[in-house]
Amino acid sequence: MMDNTEKKYQVRAFLNRDGARKRIKNRRFLDEFSKKLFGSSTLIAVVVLGILFYRIIRDSIGWLDFDFLRNNLSIFPEKAGIFGAMAGTLWLMAVVIPVTIILGVSTAIYLEEYAKKGKLQSLINMNIANLAGVPSVIFGLLGLTVFRRFLGLGSSVLAGGLTLSLLVLPIIVVASQEAIKAVPNHLKEAAYAMGATKWTVVRTVVLPASLPGILTGCILSISRAIGETAPLVVLGVPALIMKVPDSIMSDFTALPLQIYYWTLDAVLTAEYANLAAATIVVLLSALLLLNSIAIYIRNKYQQRY
Amino acid sequence: MSVVSNNIDVRNTIKNNMKNRKNLMEIIMPKLFLLAGLISILTTIGIIFTLVSDGYVFFTRVPFREIFSTELSPLGIEPSFGILPLINGTVITSLIAMAVAVPIGLTASIYLSEFASKRARKLLKPIMEVLAGIPTIVYGFFAYSFVTPLLMRVIPDLGAKNALSPGIVMGIMIIPMVTSLSEDAMNAVPNAMREGAFALGATRLEVSMKVVIPGAISGIIASFVLAISRAIGETMIVVIGSGSSKNFTFDITESMQTMTAYIVEFTSGDAGMGTTGYYSLYAVGLILFIFTFLMNLFAQYISRKYREEY
Repeated sequence: MMDNTEKKYQVRAFLNRDGARKRIKNRRFLDEFSKKLFGSSTLIAVVVLGILFYRIIRDSIGWLDFDFLRNNLSIFPEKAGIFGAMAGTLWLMAVVIPVTIILGVSTAIYLEEYAKKGKLQSLINMNIANLAGVPSVIFGLLGLTVFRRFLGLGSSVLAGGLTLSLLVLPIIVVASQEAIKAVPNHLKEAAYAMGATKWTVVRTVVLPASLPGILTGCILSISRAIGETAPLVVLGVPALIMKVPDSIMSDFTALPLQIYYWTLDAVLTAEYANLAAATIVVLLSALLLLNSIAIYIRNKYQQRY
Repeated sequence: MSVVSNNIDVRNTIKNNMKNRKNLMEIIMPKLFLLAGLISILTTIGIIFTLVSDGYVFFTRVPFREIFSTELSPLGIEPSFGILPLINGTVITSLIAMAVAVPIGLTASIYLSEFASKRARKLLKPIMEVLAGIPTIVYGFFAYSFVTPLLMRVIPDLGAKNALSPGIVMGIMIIPMVTSLSEDAMNAVPNAMREGAFALGATRLEVSMKVVIPGAISGIIASFVLAISRAIGETMIVVIGSGSSKNFTFDITESMQTMTAYIVEFTSGDAGMGTTGYYSLYAVGLILFIFTFLMNLFAQYISRKYREEY
């Protein structure tokens, strides 16, 4: 008897329209509220980016002018410039770009086209995934030991460039692998059917079809290399260097290093913070330019099969 | 008879042709590509060999009791090499970073994958990508020139070098990483599951919480682990923001040194080759490498083992 009335009561409660309406209202309110909450946390990222750009540009105003780009280091902040650092970064890239492209694309071609499915292939793949997670300072220690101490390259452009190349290698390998994987099999099979050999297929079918993806990967890895600081500091690239590098064996300094040392010096002389900000504007402009090129290539040349 | 001999001729011709075509390129190129692939393995071997061989010298010179002490003064008159202050600094800054990155990154990824309109997503994703592409030295400058002064207004006795500010900035730096990896995991949850829940009357929040997140949990946790590993290995932000105090402290308003910052300070300083200080670099590097390596393996393991198959 008792049991039965209780059940009836529950059923009635369930059919209670007001209660149901209220519950639905609550749930919809929560839904709307969480949309705003989650949206605003996405917005935090946007706001931070805005503040970061605003602060850096504000600090650099009055300091970033033509003389700043043309002058070299100076003990007077007003006269200091980043010509040497820009030249150093360009020299660095003259090493990094060919080395990473040759090594990275070759590795990707080997893994996707030549390697037999097996231990060696999965070993290289796993190895690249793990290398991508190794902190950049560790690459600095590797460069310090292998390139500086064993090979005697000192803190030259070559030593720095090779260190950075190894650091960004995983990025370009993974991007190129994706691009090569995306080349449809029927294109390759058509070439094979006409009697093409493996190398011919790779050279005339696979590489041209995957070129946009590979180029995008190259640009991404280069823009990572341009901004890297820690490995170069560990390698012992000097803080103050007046001589503009003129070969791959000369000592150098680079834009991110210049930012680093000026930021450290800003504790003593506040003007150095402005110099650092102006250098950051130059560095970020270069990065934005590179990324726009990457996006342009991706949108323009990406063929869908 | 003549037909057969003709056949043989054709076969021979083809064989000869193929032989000719097996030219230099066909033989050399695969080997060159393999060589390039082996360089990546050589890099790993090089890293491990460097760290272990020079780190080993350190471990033979310094007694274990000293290594696991809280005393760190590598350049003192009586140098002492306790690793605990560095591990403490690393863990604390990384925890602060995770406290910032996990809630913001996760909710942002839910927003982008479940709530945002196509237009909002198209606008927000590139911004996230820009944020991810900013060099860490720029974040370091930002921590020094903006975040620390800002925090000083809230916490008056905050040091010019402290663990809090670089921790927060590091968190901001890894938000895009958490967001994009988690969002990828959420996108992999099939739409049919969402639609099933929607058909039963669930709201978007309920679908996110009860369908999407449980379905993508392996990827989400993997993204957290990778983010920790990234925070542990991060260098320039902590070098600039957190300074080089070697005190063992839990006070986040004070300067602390992380393992990465120790390596940078010591190499750019004058660690003469052959001194114990020089070898301590590699010992710290080895510990750092093991930390991040285990984290990365763990992330791979989670995303493989607990992946929901649809």
